[in-house]
Amino acid sequence: MGEEKEEYSIIGRPLIKVDAMAKVTGETKFADDLALPRMLHAKLLRSPHPHARILSIDTGPAEALPGVHAVLTGRALPIKFGILPVSQDEEALATEKVRYVGDPVAAVAAVDEETAEAACRLIRVEYEVLPALMSVGEALAREDVRIHDYGPRGNIHKEVALEFGDVEEGFAQADHVREDVFFYEGSTHLPMEQHAALAAHGPDGKLCLWSSTQTPHYVHRALAKVLELPASHIRVIALPNGGGFGGKSDPFSHEIVVCKLSMLTGRPVKICLTREEVFYAHRGRHPVTLWFKTGVTRGGAITAMHFRSYLDGGAYGSYGVASLYYTGALQTVTYRVPRYKFEGVRVFTNKPPCGPKRGHGTPQPRCALEVHLDKLAEALGLDPSEMRRRHLVQPNSVTVNQLRIGTVGLGECLDRVVERSGWKAKHRKLPFGHGIGVAGSAYISGAGLPIYWNALPHSGVQIKIDRGGGVAVFCGSTDIGQGSDSVLAYVAAEELGIEPEDIRVVTADTDLTPVDLGSYSSRVTLMTGNATIQAARKLKAQLFEAAGEKLGVPFDRLRAAHRRIFDRDNPEAGIGFVEAAVLAEAKFGTLGAVGSYTPPKGLGKYKGAGVGPTPTYSYSAAVVELTVDPETGFITVDKVWLAHDIGKAINPLLVIGQIEGSVYMALGEALMEEQAFRKGVHKIPSMLEYKSPTFLETPQMESILVETLDPAGPYGAKEVGQGVLLPVVPAVLNAIYDAVGVRIDEVPASPEKIVKALEAQRRGRASGNGRLPSVTFPEPTVVQPTGA
Amino acid sequence: MRLPAFRYLAPKTLAEASRMIADAGPDGMLVSGGTDLFPNMKRLQFDPRILVGLRHLSELLGVSGDPHRGMRIGAATPLHQLGLHPAIRARYPALATAAGSVATPQIRRMGTLGGNLCVDTRCNYYNQSYEWRRAIGFCMKRDGDVCLVAPGSPRCVAVSSSDTAPAMMALQATVVLSGPDGERTLPVAALYHDDGMAYLAKRPEEILTAILLPPVDGLRNTYWKLRRRGSFDFPILGVAASLRLDGDGTCTDARIVLGAVASRPVEAIEAEKLLLGQRLTSDLIEEAAMAAYRPAKPLDNTDLTLAYRKRMARVFVARALRELANLP
Repeated sequence: MGEEKEEYSIIGRPLIKVDAMAKVTGETKFADDLALPRMLHAKLLRSPHPHARILSIDTGPAEALPGVHAVLTGRALPIKFGILPVSQDEEALATEKVRYVGDPVAAVAAVDEETAEAACRLIRVEYEVLPALMSVGEALAREDVRIHDYGPRGNIHKEVALEFGDVEEGFAQADHVREDVFFYEGSTHLPMEQHAALAAHGPDGKLCLWSSTQTPHYVHRALAKVLELPASHIRVIALPNGGGFGGKSDPFSHEIVVCKLSMLTGRPVKICLTREEVFYAHRGRHPVTLWFKTGVTRGGAITAMHFRSYLDGGAYGSYGVASLYYTGALQTVTYRVPRYKFEGVRVFTNKPPCGPKRGHGTPQPRCALEVHLDKLAEALGLDPSEMRRRHLVQPNSVTVNQLRIGTVGLGECLDRVVERSGWKAKHRKLPFGHGIGVAGSAYISGAGLPIYWNALPHSGVQIKIDRGGGVAVFCGSTDIGQGSDSVLAYVAAEELGIEPEDIRVVTADTDLTPVDLGSYSSRVTLMTGNATIQAARKLKAQLFEAAGEKLGVPFDRLRAAHRRIFDRDNPEAGIGFVEAAVLAEAKFGTLGAVGSYTPPKGLGKYKGAGVGPTPTYSYSAAVVELTVDPETGFITVDKVWLAHDIGKAINPLLVIGQIEGSVYMALGEALMEEQAFRKGVHKIPSMLEYKSPTFLETPQMESILVETLDPAGPYGAKEVGQGVLLPVVPAVLNAIYDAVGVRIDEVPASPEKIVKALEAQRRGRASGNGRLPSVTFPEPTVVQPTGA
Repeated sequence: MRLPAFRYLAPKTLAEASRMIADAGPDGMLVSGGTDLFPNMKRLQFDPRILVGLRHLSELLGVSGDPHRGMRIGAATPLHQLGLHPAIRARYPALATAAGSVATPQIRRMGTLGGNLCVDTRCNYYNQSYEWRRAIGFCMKRDGDVCLVAPGSPRCVAVSSSDTAPAMMALQATVVLSGPDGERTLPVAALYHDDGMAYLAKRPEEILTAILLPPVDGLRNTYWKLRRRGSFDFPILGVAASLRLDGDGTCTDARIVLGAVASRPVEAIEAEKLLLGQRLTSDLIEEAAMAAYRPAKPLDNTDLTLAYRKRMARVFVARALRELANLP
């Protein structure tokens, strides 16, 4: 599907998004904009304790409050759920235990939000307070206080140990070996839109949920399970998300609760989380402690790498098992690693659950690795950009952990940011306080496996053409602002030779649209794009056959563009698209076609091999130039150059939009964002006090698109939604070192850490490596490398 | 989050406003821009039944006078006007900078100078929702009886978070308070108590009507604000400084006022003394900055750590003084 056509009429053009006008005029309906007649409003009562046993719940006074229609506790929803089949550990409302401040305990449906809130305050819950385990260290130390009763031992949710080739042998061959410890703080997604959901259980016994979710299909499955309804009686509609970033990818308590409340009251029930509640719903970036040990030759070639990660998972499983595997999966897909060992652990703590945030499990190890490599390059006296450049993975190769590599644009990405930033004239040459740093990275273009095991397509598309020439594209994908609706229109328009504005896109409705697994893992453009091409080409064949008959032109000379079907060799000879549609319907009957996409199977057979494979990896490189005020530790990022191997830019404008958004988000993580806790409670659950950058902190950015036309992607396209975040964070840390000569081996690199490190440097003390939690990892599963 | 119900009274005159707020008693609060009050009401930090609106009272509006004779600023003047006012920018840059750095452009259009001078003290155990405060345990400033920042403290240590208050103190401004018994004026410094709960010397039924700036008379002045981001954030340190230098550069007048280090703005008197009668050299400025940073006693109840904020008091005082002394 990646062959290059002589000329595209739509693909590659900087077109407006199909939903742009509605967004900028305020016409877009988000979940909280919806209202139905007789609608009730719901509120959740949440736990005030980080860890406690529920002894009793008295809902009497709340039920007696005028205006209250229903009060719900976990007894009515006893079935557990969770996004991953291996971590079905969540309850819509806690029944026996609460595990973090904010864990939902009861819910009220009332005539308005004020009444529902007042009723929640009347619910009396008696708790037996249990010790709160607020860090990985505490959770490991208190094996006697178990947050969950599953997992290998104590509060360990999941542990992994994998060895690919003999790393000790590799270290023995190295000229230089170094170890580093890093800490990457947790952060949250901070979407502009707070989660909202509206449920209506109709007199026909059917249930409909409108929700701001990135994954309507998975929500659909969770509702069927917890509510014990046939999936066929449930319809889930995902509204356009006002930002997702991974924070709306789990089935959530509030979604299940409004469904149940609607079933109980016979009325539509709506909920919109407050900003504070969004901090509790979370599923954001895991705080991770990381350790790298790498051996290199004098020339900078890696001989072996040993990596450990310690994830602070929060109170529930969520995507955590996948997050853990992801921390160890993608070290091998950028620079050649011939021997690799990965040990990791995810630990439960009494904090809001962590999950997938842009880059899911990979920004933390990528940051640590790229800083680690910067140190290795310095020790070897090599230019860090050169050292990376010389040891890239080869295209169409297989890594030591059995990941299949497609096209690799990383070298060109590095070259371009080095050239555009004037790297050679700046690195180690700027005056004190000014610095420049570089890093590379890679990311998946869609996970190779679905969340639950099945042999079905990951993405389905249905297209119909009516006799007026109207084209409708139906797909389960969810537009979270990234432009997935637009991609469907661009691809269908390209194939059928019409304009995107001629197309109606119907998405994210489990009743109307074929399944797409959801807007996560950077999978949507690649998978829905390929499925759309397949469906559209079936219809194009019918149009061409009918048009060819009329024109007397052989099939393979026909082309479709600019709302016409015409003879390639004699473009004057052609008919309009509408006429072709009428002819085709006369010839074939009603015009409709489906397409679907399933990623290729991964190569690895070992346990854990399901995380990491993808149809193709995207690559990115960043150079960051910044200024450090050595007295205050404040950092001004002057400019970011970001080059990205996009495979093929279906719409370069949207690619650049994703790059700029990712750079912005990366700088927040690098410099200031912290999901911080104190006395068991989130310290700063507000947009004022949770510090994320404003326009004023956002630097000049230069986005550079590198196209490698990967055969796996539609027209050669790869992902851009997540991977471009990754190199920015370590490039910031490397630039700080270049500016003031101190290593900040953790994020955020806040002003106080910089001042402290400079103080230590003045006193001749090295700012020492962090400490690792004490964990005994199991014997590794040894996997014989098959890679080149 | 919903705004609880209340009754809004819109007086037409100052006298009417005074009567209304006096009649309302403990149920009443004054509101001008409302940019701080309304979010706080949503979090149930305040639950007034009656709000008396000051925004449209003509007695509280307008900027008059000039830097030679002194200026009068109506308390309901929006902050953004002060940030843009040519005479204030030219001659009272401490005020223009402070007013122009409050929150965001949108909030500065609604928020007023009087509101910023009277803004509630802040603490990250207190500026939280009702449910949050219930979870961690209520504090003495609202619904509880202990201080969660300093458990042994007999008083609330919430932080004075006004940008304009230290600036006004450094400019030696006075405020005009109007009450049922008439008007009184106070130096801005006397408007504040070092108590996070009873932080204002203004009586509840008094209305702050105007701020009087003395003639500028060669007073150099500036304001430096520490905050994480270039917008939105309340100060976690504010340094307002003013100096008069005579013909040969000798300092004849000095005011250094630190904001956001205590429950009221703190004047660094020892540092001021070091400067008086001296020429401002780099060494002297460093010495004064050391003296100024000693009285700064930030606590762990705002953004960034207290050790860092204390350390920055020295850096920011030095930078403010260097700016005023025209040193690089």
